[in-house]
Amino acid sequence: MTTQDTGEVEDLDGFRQRARAFVRVNLRPADPAVVSARLMLPEEETLAAVARERELQRMLFDAGLAGICVPREYGGQGLTPDHQQVLNSELAGYEYPMRLQIPTFVPCAAVLFDRGTEEQKQRHLPAILKGDELWVQFLSEPSGGSDMAGALTNAVRDGDEWVLNGSKLWTTNASWSDWALCLARTNWDVPKHRGLTVFMLPIRQPGIEIRPIEMLNGSKEFCQEFLTDVRVPDSHRVGDVDDGWSVCIRWMFHERMLFNSPLLTIPAGAAPGSVVSPTSMRDIARDAARLQDPAARDLVGEAYMLTVAKGELERRLREGIAAGVLSDQAAAIGRVFGALVSTRTTDIAFELAGDTGVAWANDDGTLANRGTDFLMRQAGCIGGGTAEMARNVISERVLGMPREPAADRGIAFRDAPRSHSART
Amino acid sequence: MRLVLSSDQAFFRDTTAKFLTEQAPVGELRRLRHDPAGFDGEYWRQGAQLGWTSLLVGEEHGGGSISGDGLVDLTLVADTFGRHAAPGPLAAANVVAAALSRAGDAHADVVADLVSGTALASWCVAEPRPHNRLGSVRLRVRVEGGDVVVNGAKRPVESAAQASHLLVTGRTGEGLTQVLVPAVAPGVSIVPLHTVDLTRRFFAVTFDDVRVPVERVVGEIGGADAEVEHQRQLAAVVGTAEAVGAMQAAFELTVQWAFDRYSFGRPLASYQALKHRFADMKAWLEASNAVSDAAAAAVGAGSPEAGALVSVAKAYIGDYGSRLLQDCVQLHGGIGLTFEHDLHLFLRRHTVNRALDGTPADHRQRLADLVEQREDAA
Ligand SMILES: Cc1cc2nc3c(=O)[nH]c(=O)nc-3n(C[C@H](O)[C@H](O)[C@H](O)COP(=O)(O)OP(=O)(O)OC[C@H]3O[C@@H](n4cnc5c(N)ncnc54)[C@H](O)[C@@H]3O)c2cc1C
Repeated sequence: MTTQDTGEVEDLDGFRQRARAFVRVNLRPADPAVVSARLMLPEEETLAAVARERELQRMLFDAGLAGICVPREYGGQGLTPDHQQVLNSELAGYEYPMRLQIPTFVPCAAVLFDRGTEEQKQRHLPAILKGDELWVQFLSEPSGGSDMAGALTNAVRDGDEWVLNGSKLWTTNASWSDWALCLARTNWDVPKHRGLTVFMLPIRQPGIEIRPIEMLNGSKEFCQEFLTDVRVPDSHRVGDVDDGWSVCIRWMFHERMLFNSPLLTIPAGAAPGSVVSPTSMRDIARDAARLQDPAARDLVGEAYMLTVAKGELERRLREGIAAGVLSDQAAAIGRVFGALVSTRTTDIAFELAGDTGVAWANDDGTLANRGTDFLMRQAGCIGGGTAEMARNVISERVLGMPREPAADRGIAFRDAPRSHSART
Repeated sequence: MRLVLSSDQAFFRDTTAKFLTEQAPVGELRRLRHDPAGFDGEYWRQGAQLGWTSLLVGEEHGGGSISGDGLVDLTLVADTFGRHAAPGPLAAANVVAAALSRAGDAHADVVADLVSGTALASWCVAEPRPHNRLGSVRLRVRVEGGDVVVNGAKRPVESAAQASHLLVTGRTGEGLTQVLVPAVAPGVSIVPLHTVDLTRRFFAVTFDDVRVPVERVVGEIGGADAEVEHQRQLAAVVGTAEAVGAMQAAFELTVQWAFDRYSFGRPLASYQALKHRFADMKAWLEASNAVSDAAAAAVGAGSPEAGALVSVAKAYIGDYGSRLLQDCVQLHGGIGLTFEHDLHLFLRRHTVNRALDGTPADHRQRLADLVEQREDAA
């Protein structure tokens, strides 16, 4: 999404000085307790953290450090991924607007940038960069998430408006966000990919009931929403009517690039997503009194190897896609690799923690909760589209292997077979 | 290999690829199976003319790079070697030529012969068990008047019987010393070892009171530790780039097979269980390319991250490359285990490179050392 203004691009050294000055003066050190990949804070603490993160985003915006790769006309800085890297390295060890990165910047803002109208971009991108709007994805439904094009949420046109009914599921951050990108069905009489449309909607409104879902680790970052006669002006439509699938293709691309996107501000060394960082792995081995144990060192070395390999693979994919030598579908390679690394590093952290990982005291430091992380291990293989779906993409779209047979191809969606629970 | 090459680099790589297609086709590799050297001198001389041995050598000694970074250029040759399972001690030849060139003009005559491909020199660094762990050196180099005296053993040493000179790493007191020993020097004995590669040859070399003039020392007496570490990095970069080339060739062969081979009336490539294994292999392959290129770039640029990236590349490519190659065998079925099929050529090449210059487990231990030393970001 990088577009550079025609004017002079700020040189990297000057930018670094500017970023460093801001960070040193304004930010607090990162909370060292945040080593567990998945946070479970009481609700009030989560809300306070979100408020602080909105404030941090606003401070970055006012300092000219928000939206480094977003063009200036949308409130960004019009700089390059290299500048973003510099900012990330200057932020190392400091607090940052963690919860705003995903899904607000990626994929939501990225999709708006790619497919929104000029007016939509003018209205929302600056608001996002100021921390005023947090976004979520209304994509998965109770009837299924992998088969995204099988969405059942119904949108019917009524004059200049659309009326939406249905339910969305697994919406990360919905309890405290503001807007959603929503995939809905606008035509049931054509094959599934040809009857979808994407809308933007504010999620705090009477027609939307938001229910938090408790995950097995106790976290409530996910929600289910029930949409009842939600009215959306046609001006909030993203892309053409019934052309939602082409928006989804960009949407999935950004979702697969995820941590590889130049739109994210994540301090260097902070572990993205469910990956345990190498330094926290060392701390776990130390706290487990196994730092000198060769078997433990082998695991620490392996975790470091995988984390570095992930970073280098992401760089390769980013550069290859930017240069046009790889297709956008190659992003699925990074997605599968990320799943592999998060699974293995979660295993390693749990192994290092030993029995303390399943029976811990409050003062067990980095060993506490490792068992809980292990229970949630597969999250990294499911969220953002499953690893199996990414494997389908690699084999079919990158390697050109035959596509899986599908019983819903070429028939009107209303006649397509669907899950037991979703039959009417 | 990098996804984006300059036109000069692409031309350079293509020249070697074309040469190997003509000079080292699979039939020739099989013919060389029982050849004591594993390749003939003329092949190596012609390869040297294509730049195989000069990329890490200073211009003053007849070397030079294509892109300004000779090591990155050399990985293009190495990758191509891997894709062809080509004969020749590419890593060792380049490491020695680079080391001698870096040491100044004292060994310029030997460097000239290495660059032209008229002679080979072997890199003698690894030692017999129990000292065969990464970085361990027990061979002694002692100074006696105007001579140095070498005592100890090295193995495996690639192409030692074909070499005119041996670059030997030993210990003088606490520090390391490197000596360029003529292969014919009295007290040197060279015994062939068995190996899994069809065309590469390894030897056990012993040095029994081998006496050479002190002028044969390369670099500082007792002060070669950093230089030896750098040589290990160079060898690992060439070895991993070659291993990735072998993985690439095996993967392409297996993808094609999956399209061509039918079972129950449809191609193997149409079975999701197998498609997903190909998807994983593709991810391992791209990650292997990424870490191999990152290591080459870091070592070439003298980056402080070089040691870590080399160990990541050795550990990752060794481990996941083997998984990939064994999966390729599995997906071929019985034919994959035959001598007649080409797959084993690549399996062999990767397997040798995995075990040389430190196993994946050795390098994971190194990475643990690095992580332990690393300061917290905060
Ligand atoms: C951490 C996390 C965050 C999430 N955030 C959001 C969010 O913000 N917004 C949102 O809309 N959704 C979100 N999701 C939902 C997520 O996108 C879906 O869970 C996911 O796409 C899978 O859909 P599903 O759960 O319905 O499983 P299903 O689609 O029913 O799949 C069940 C199993 O079958 C496999 N499968 C399905 N089809 C195929 C096929 N064709 N070939 C091979 N295997 C197949 C799947 O891989 C999976 O293993 C999130 C999920 C997680 C875990």
